Amino acid sequence: MTVTERQQLSYIAAQAADARVNLEIETEGMTLNIGPQHPATHGTLRIVAKLDGEQVVSAEPVMGYMHRGYEKLAEVRTYPQVTTLINRIDWLGSFANEVPFILAAEQLMEVEAPPRAQWIRTILFELSRIANVTLFLGDMAVQVGAITPVFFAFRDREHVLNQIEAATGGRFHPNFDRIGGLKDDLPAGWVAETRRAMGKIRAFCDQIEELVEGNEIFQARTRGIGVIPADVGLSYGLTGANIRASGVDWDLRRDSPCGLVHDQVDWKVWTHPDGDSFARFWVRLQETREATKIVDQLLDGIPPGPIMAKVPVIIKVPAGEAHVETENPLGVMGYYVVSKGDLFPFRVKIRSASFSNVSITPWLLKGVYVPDIITILGSLYFILGDIDR
Amino acid sequence: MIGVLSELSYWQVTSIRVAAGLVAVLLVAGTLVYAHLFKMVSFMQSRLGPMEAGPYGSLQLAAEIGKFLQKEDIVPRRADRFVFKAAPFVVLTSTFLLLVVLPGGPDAWFISNDLGVYLAMAVSSVSVIGILMAGWGSASKYSLLGGLRATGQLIAYELPLLLAVVGVVIQAETMNLQGIVLAQADGEIFGWGAIGNPFILTQFVGFLIFMVAMQAELTQTPFDMPVAESELVTGYMTEYSGLRFLLFFIGEFATAGVFSAIAAVLFLGGWYVPGLDPSDNLLNVIGPLVLFGKVVLLTFVVFWVRFTFPRFREDQLQRLAWKFLVPLALANIVVTGVLKVVV
Repeated sequence: MTVTERQQLSYIAAQAADARVNLEIETEGMTLNIGPQHPATHGTLRIVAKLDGEQVVSAEPVMGYMHRGYEKLAEVRTYPQVTTLINRIDWLGSFANEVPFILAAEQLMEVEAPPRAQWIRTILFELSRIANVTLFLGDMAVQVGAITPVFFAFRDREHVLNQIEAATGGRFHPNFDRIGGLKDDLPAGWVAETRRAMGKIRAFCDQIEELVEGNEIFQARTRGIGVIPADVGLSYGLTGANIRASGVDWDLRRDSPCGLVHDQVDWKVWTHPDGDSFARFWVRLQETREATKIVDQLLDGIPPGPIMAKVPVIIKVPAGEAHVETENPLGVMGYYVVSKGDLFPFRVKIRSASFSNVSITPWLLKGVYVPDIITILGSLYFILGDIDR
Repeated sequence: MIGVLSELSYWQVTSIRVAAGLVAVLLVAGTLVYAHLFKMVSFMQSRLGPMEAGPYGSLQLAAEIGKFLQKEDIVPRRADRFVFKAAPFVVLTSTFLLLVVLPGGPDAWFISNDLGVYLAMAVSSVSVIGILMAGWGSASKYSLLGGLRATGQLIAYELPLLLAVVGVVIQAETMNLQGIVLAQADGEIFGWGAIGNPFILTQFVGFLIFMVAMQAELTQTPFDMPVAESELVTGYMTEYSGLRFLLFFIGEFATAGVFSAIAAVLFLGGWYVPGLDPSDNLLNVIGPLVLFGKVVLLTFVVFWVRFTFPRFREDQLQRLAWKFLVPLALANIVVTGVLKVVV
């Protein structure tokens, strides 16, 4: 099909949606641009929604307003420099972005981080998950109209950010992971302080459970809204809490742990059979609690030893290909790194979770009401940096 | 009308009334904005709120008004200019008209109207026209959706609001708001008349319906679908800036104050202070303050709810109005009527 033909067809389809005529009263459709600048999108996502009254006839996400070209930029950066870039993909859980890339590079170089580095890596990985999902728990309430919980989320996320800052020096963009280990060891007193922070996060989860999850209006707004059956979710490539909320018991932390020590502790993968917005919220709430438990257990058993393996000062990665995926806060994040034995990666392909998570929206938003668009988008939980990279 | 006002000439009385009207709306609205929107909500959300302008941030509102007055008054190019510009005034007019029938003391009131309740309920609907004008005139899709939602919602909740009041009217045997206050002041609770008989004791169902419907009439969360800032930006107010936005803003809080005052008059005894003779001249001074105290109390509840709950979807709040509140209000009227005849 030539370009003009395709354009013509899409134009006809748009016209048909616009002119959808109600048989009793003659009504016309309306095209509503939600975004790129809109209070409900956490960045510059645009949803082109064709409406019939308050009902959505078709909705299409338009991405790319924040494309920063990280895959291309990574080709002209040395391996240690790449982490600075990829920190900014999912900016709420930055450290988690670094981990899969570093693991891929380690695989190519055939080095392994010492146990102590692996444990601290896992702790920071889970802390960035908590920092990320905590904000979701508050933000979901804002999407359905309750303003206050998000302030509690910001307040309690601070405890986690302080711990990340104390360990790495950076609150949002730690840039702390190194090939073969970590930049520094933990500061004195960090373990006890982190344990206190985990207690605060658990209290926050209880508060959210009472204030938001148990609220009848919240339940009325989210239950049965945006139901994703497991097979549809899988075919669209949904990952993370979004697919676990549809009843798929799949978590890479448990199923293919590579370089992280989640298999050393006792924890549970939560799923929910419903697959609606409420299920996605509920699963994330349970996962935050579970993450605090993981951190608590890991804090008990940090092994002694060095923090860095023996790696050359100038890192030249031998030729080869590696693909590593981890279970990041937003879903599965993968890096496919191709090296030609140079200082720079030859090609880096980033598989970020939000891109797939958002691509289900045209299927999901068909026929819902305008307020539900926001509920569904909120419950899918994407970060714009993670969509556009 | 007895007392001081009758000795003054017409223009003096009129000036006093105009000044009193402005004070009653603007001062109350300002207090509510400061006490509830700036401070109470800040404490709920673990922050301090404004602290710099004036002692404890008390002059923040003045600073905000100054800011709004400096801003450009933008009219969108495709807007219906006259309708767009007139809409905030229509909304604010409804607030001032509501005030007309509100008694603040034995003599401190604007007009004596035997159809006071009826008039109040009627003029409260005028704001719907203003909101629809704003939604339509803005030539914005968000505004239009907001305006239509607001219209549907306000019309739906007018009914339970009205029906909730009927119980009070039956019990007080008058539609005059002053008469309703006096009926509560003279009332007795099983022969004990020390605090009168505030109708909240007998009309508690009506009071609850009134408060819920009032929340919806004020388009406050959980009934703030028309302004739903997470989806419609700010609904019908989206395109407004500067002074006209300020008018909407003041209108929102002033209406909250006036509606709460009506609720206080209907259900909480209004300006009456237990222990004083209802015709005591002292009550002309204390009465408005007592009423104001009750207004602050009721608006506290309104804003507490507003900043706690998520919002209903449009169809859900319509269902709540038509399938729950209206039948409940009708049942309340029937029970009140039967008891009035029997007892």
